[in-house]
Amino acid sequence: MHTSAVDRNHDIRRILAQFKDRPGPLLEVLHTVQAAFGFIPPQSISLIAEHLNLSRAEVHGVVTFYHHFRCAPPGQHVLQLCRAESCQAVGAEALAAHARARLGVDFHESTPDGRFSLEPVYCLGNCACSPAVMLDGRPYGRVTPERLDALLREADRAAGGNG
Amino acid sequence: MTTIYVPGDSGALSLGADAVCRALSREAAERRLEVKVVRNGSRGAYWLEPMLEVSSERGRLAYGPVSVADVPGLFDARWLEGGAHRLLLGPTDELPWFANQQRLTFERVGVIDPRSVADYVAHGGYQGLRRALSMDPAAVVDRIVRSGLRGRGGAAFPTGIKWKTVLEQPPGQKYVTCNADEGDSGTFSDRMLIEGDPLSLIEGMTIAAIAVGATHGYIYLRAEYPHAWRTLTQAIAAAYTADYLGGDVMGSGRRFELEIRVGAGAYICGEETSMLESLEGRRGEVRVRPPLPAVKGLFGRPTIVNNVITLATVPLIVREGAEFYAGFGMGRSRGTLPLQLAGNIKRGGLIERAFGLSLREILYDYGGGSGSGRPIRAVQIGGPLGAYVPAAQFDTPVDYEALAAIGAMLGHGGIVAFDDTVDMARMARYAMEFCAIESCGKCTPCRIGSTRGVEIIDHIIAGHDPQGNLERLEALCELMVQGSLCGLGGMAPFPVQSAMKHFREDFSARAQH
Ligand SMILES: Cc1cc2nc3c(=O)[nH]c(=O)nc-3n(C[C@H](O)[C@H](O)[C@H](O)COP(=O)(O)O)c2cc1C
Ligand code: SF4
Ligand code: FES
Repeated sequence: MHTSAVDRNHDIRRILAQFKDRPGPLLEVLHTVQAAFGFIPPQSISLIAEHLNLSRAEVHGVVTFYHHFRCAPPGQHVLQLCRAESCQAVGAEALAAHARARLGVDFHESTPDGRFSLEPVYCLGNCACSPAVMLDGRPYGRVTPERLDALLREADRAAGGNG
Repeated sequence: MTTIYVPGDSGALSLGADAVCRALSREAAERRLEVKVVRNGSRGAYWLEPMLEVSSERGRLAYGPVSVADVPGLFDARWLEGGAHRLLLGPTDELPWFANQQRLTFERVGVIDPRSVADYVAHGGYQGLRRALSMDPAAVVDRIVRSGLRGRGGAAFPTGIKWKTVLEQPPGQKYVTCNADEGDSGTFSDRMLIEGDPLSLIEGMTIAAIAVGATHGYIYLRAEYPHAWRTLTQAIAAAYTADYLGGDVMGSGRRFELEIRVGAGAYICGEETSMLESLEGRRGEVRVRPPLPAVKGLFGRPTIVNNVITLATVPLIVREGAEFYAGFGMGRSRGTLPLQLAGNIKRGGLIERAFGLSLREILYDYGGGSGSGRPIRAVQIGGPLGAYVPAAQFDTPVDYEALAAIGAMLGHGGIVAFDDTVDMARMARYAMEFCAIESCGKCTPCRIGSTRGVEIIDHIIAGHDPQGNLERLEALCELMVQGSLCGLGGMAPFPVQSAMKHFREDFSARAQH
């Protein structure tokens, strides 16, 4: 299942070639790397730095500045739960407590079985349908704890068969 | 053939619009009925989403909110012929929520197929650009100046003046950039516009480019908006195919290339200089001004930075004239404002009206009061850096100056309602916490001050020396306002100070036990 380090380096080189002549390409490169692997593999940092003529510290500095970039693989399913004001006004904190208890993890963590990651977001632009979440990039609005349970169950079932 | 409109807006999707769409296609096929399905944007009445519309002789008829289970019944009721059904709301344009709005910027959102250039053109699209191409660039800029349009991203700076500065820079590479970072909580008008009528933004940017002599544009879109990205990508491709973008814009010989750059979940990248850093592929650290981006912006070149709504309003102004737009509004707040109503509210969504509506009208006439049925105790206006306004001030008209006069700000036009169960000390704590999470780290009052602010409020909540800590908190807020380099550290104290001022009891009640 896992791509070997060699394959991975090959893929990263291909991505870098794709952005060769673009001005200020680092963010785009990182997005593409994360789309390919689910995170920014630590080994990719020096490759990227070398190709873009930057120091490793510069690349690392960019990766860590942005909340979106991950340095470790995420769970199979990523639940992003909005914690901003509009969602708070209709129970987002209770929903967050429920999600933490249900998954047994805190924000920025993944379940030990690797099934779910829980991530905070600060507004999904779906405030008129608060509380809002995204599960694997799909939006859900007016989410109650019961509805969240159903969504997680469904995701788990869809992923099922492998234990 | 009857056309059915099923919103593809991500808010509607979040309430099941895709499943409804699949169900109705299946049901129509089983009944051997031919229908054309259009995935439009949202009209912005989110309590009615998924709100479907059926074309009829009486105009478009709205049904909503529709669930999968309702679909067979709608066909049984012969909804394709406008049949009566419990979910039939009536002709969309006559529903009170829409009939009382003045939709200018949002004139096509929810109406057209957002990916279709033909649909866009059939609804008044590209008349503005055609006009602009026949005008002297300075005359285009002058038209924007005279319309009174001010930036809708938050700072409300006159758009035409900004453009004039870019126009006056010596010829050479110039850029037009669109700030689609929409980081403010409680706001979603940029998202709705991009998902519902992206070509108006594309046309607006093209007009800006023609007016100031730019050949390249970037849209900085937040990563949290994957659906907006998809629609915008398709619309840009369609505009290229039809020669509204590219080397020969509308046969004028003028060139304008446009691309999207995706953000990476940093609120500060909505601040324009941070956005430019991010566009250049760096950490989104705020730049010291001057120089202004209009003089030295992207890659060191003169650059227009405007919000989505600002740019999407430009085609209408060029098409209809400056006086038409300036004819709406009050005082120095000209034109219309797409307000976004959210939080604990019965009827949340997008309301576009001329400036000047009172908060009470927005919250009660449009919003129908709180969603919980309890009294609305406070609203936060203008995102996470905006002040909290108490119920006693709900008669304030919503315009830039009137809100500033009560110590609030309009920002990007988001209004978030809270009922009387809200704990304002907790909301103040959240404001500081958010600032700590999102600080770019460049200056101390913001980076360290926000963390100190959280600690102090924790002490207050725990009842430790509340008087002393409230004084400390006030001094800290003052320091952050005075000493921060940009609006994040400089305005994060506003929600805190307003909470302390108007809801003091929430900070002291706990102190007694
Ligand atoms: C902390 C901070 C965050 C901001 N976020 C945004 C944003 O998400 N979108 C936006 O258009 N403007 C945002 N702004 C305002 C921009 O700096 C800038 O004024 C605006 O993009 C200019 O466009 P306009 O004149 O059309 O409003 C933000 C400002 C600050 C200080
Ligand atoms: S106020 Fe905060 S976000 Fe703004 S420049 Fe200073 S540290 Fe950065
Ligand atoms: S505040 Fe939660 S979606 Fe906007």
